[in-house]
Amino acid sequence: MKRRNFFALTTLAAASLLAFSTPLRAAEPLKVGFVYVGPIGDAGWTYAHDQGRLALEKALGAQVKTTYVESVPEGADSERVIRKLATEGNKLIFTTSFGYMNPTEKVAKAFPNVIFEHATGYKTAKNMGNYEARFYEGAYLLGVVAGKMTKKNSLGIVASFPIPEVLRNINAFTLGAQSVNPAIKTKVIWVNSWYDPAKERQAAETMIAQGVDVLGQNTDSPATLQVAQEKGIYAFGWDSDMVKFAPKSHLTANTLDWSNHYIETAKAVIAGTWKPKETRGGLKEGWIKMSPLNAAVSADATKAFEAKKKAMIEGSFTPFQGPIKDQTGAIKVAAGATMPLKELMSMNFYVEGVEGSIPK
Amino acid sequence: MTLDHLIPFLASTAGAATPLVLAATGELVAERSGVLNLGVEGMMLVGAVTGFGVTLSTGQISLGLLAAMLAAMATALIFAFLTLTLQTNQVATGLALTLFGVGLSAFIGRGLVGQTVERLPNLSFPVLSDIPFFGPLLFRFDVLVYGSIALVLITGWMLARTRLGLIIRAIGESPRSGHAIGYPVIALRYLTVLFGGAMAGLGGAYLSLALTPMWVEGMTAGRGWIALALVVFATWKPRGVILGAYLFGGVTVLQFHGQGFGLAIPSEFLSMLPYLATIVVLVFISRKPQTILLNKPMSLGQNFRADH
Repeated sequence: MKRRNFFALTTLAAASLLAFSTPLRAAEPLKVGFVYVGPIGDAGWTYAHDQGRLALEKALGAQVKTTYVESVPEGADSERVIRKLATEGNKLIFTTSFGYMNPTEKVAKAFPNVIFEHATGYKTAKNMGNYEARFYEGAYLLGVVAGKMTKKNSLGIVASFPIPEVLRNINAFTLGAQSVNPAIKTKVIWVNSWYDPAKERQAAETMIAQGVDVLGQNTDSPATLQVAQEKGIYAFGWDSDMVKFAPKSHLTANTLDWSNHYIETAKAVIAGTWKPKETRGGLKEGWIKMSPLNAAVSADATKAFEAKKKAMIEGSFTPFQGPIKDQTGAIKVAAGATMPLKELMSMNFYVEGVEGSIPK
Repeated sequence: MTLDHLIPFLASTAGAATPLVLAATGELVAERSGVLNLGVEGMMLVGAVTGFGVTLSTGQISLGLLAAMLAAMATALIFAFLTLTLQTNQVATGLALTLFGVGLSAFIGRGLVGQTVERLPNLSFPVLSDIPFFGPLLFRFDVLVYGSIALVLITGWMLARTRLGLIIRAIGESPRSGHAIGYPVIALRYLTVLFGGAMAGLGGAYLSLALTPMWVEGMTAGRGWIALALVVFATWKPRGVILGAYLFGGVTVLQFHGQGFGLAIPSEFLSMLPYLATIVVLVFISRKPQTILLNKPMSLGQNFRADH
């Protein structure tokens, strides 16, 4: 009898525990992890992602609990960090740099119940989606302004690494400039770093010495703008508004806003409706925002800029629609066609008008 | 390359070389006294962030430079206390100092990101700066470019020609003998480590106040380690530091000019060049083991305890 009582009691206790714990579990917040390639104070790429994370916390409040790991090197180290975030109970993990693609894919296989979202790559799996802003739309608009503002018809870009993402931006910038000024040429200098202000400065100085009078960049620090300001030429902000670093030279900036994507994805995961997708957003979806034009931008340039921006928001224009030729003059996109997503994602050529060759 | 290109090329080279000259000279003096401080990178970062912060809040670049030196000296003092007084391992403590400096500077600098100050102005000398070609080539740099070269010359003279220099070298070779004839080995080593800290701080501040007037985390990007390598490169002789730093800076800048001219050499290879040049020179000077042996302070990295 006694034993039976004991049994009954324990069963009851277990049942009540279960009863209590179920509603508790439902109210438990979704744990969301972020892996950043730079420090959150980089004033550029990682900063923009962290703003998205903060917006997510603000929008969903107690429904989510976010953590982040900053300055994680791309490659093997990142796998360890991603794995750690997964074992710590994060159910949704954003990995925010191209080089995290393969590590993310590996960890995703090992943790089928965790959802992974990788930025700027091209791989998907059952529990792994990817997302990328059509940043080249902004780069194209910078090109339009640059093409109108240059006097020497010589543009330059301080570039980071020769990967498709960066090549798309260089090409879009050049195409944008050519759309208003067919005579322009673009110089590219690779600094092989996302973030080394001193190197970025030297690259910018070099191009100015070689005759460039409007500079763009695909690196994250404001060093290029500072040089432009000193030497009295024009340049653009990248990733975030950098006007305070160069009030005279900063014509506009191509900035990112990931808030919408982070909020929508977390909502979908909480509701159980998340599916692996390749999510893309641009000017239209509010992922890309252009910062205010400098007073130095001519009325003519403003008009061209606004017209193209409107066309891209309406969807009647995209930077990579034909005809597009590469450096050798070979047709890459036929007139009337647009480049398919797959080719965009693996772009590996310079368009006509870019000087030099892609480092192999 | 025409003259039009040569002048900006040399100007960029001086900018790239100056922080290295400063940090390496400071480290060289510390090493000459027998202390190996691997914390140069950390001290440079602390100097960079402090110099920037103070300049931003006071508007005085000279105060910023002074604060950078003092802050980096304070971190060097921690190192000195640990290794000289508490006798901890110099290599491990130096590495820890770098990690500490990286973290500390990021922490201090949280509110400074995204701000900017007026950069250290380039000097303009009457008449001299206006000489065609030589004016822009030699007489239009900021004060620290000239200061760093003067520093090397003075340090070289101090080490080679003065009593203080002789004592510093003596305790670097054999602290025990130095101690036996009555020199305060530990106190002198404190001084050389603090001097190393001050120069590393100044080198860091050159980055955040002159080269790229802003603060960003980890902005030294490994230059502290290059400064350490330069000391070996220079075989512990100050004038070799100038040669090494300008060579390194020159090759760094040259790779960008090469790219700008559309040289068909992969840019990754070009970014490797400065390091490659350093290794080649190291191999070259190591061919004669005597060169290194003769110049390397014999007690480098070894702790000394005055027991009696």
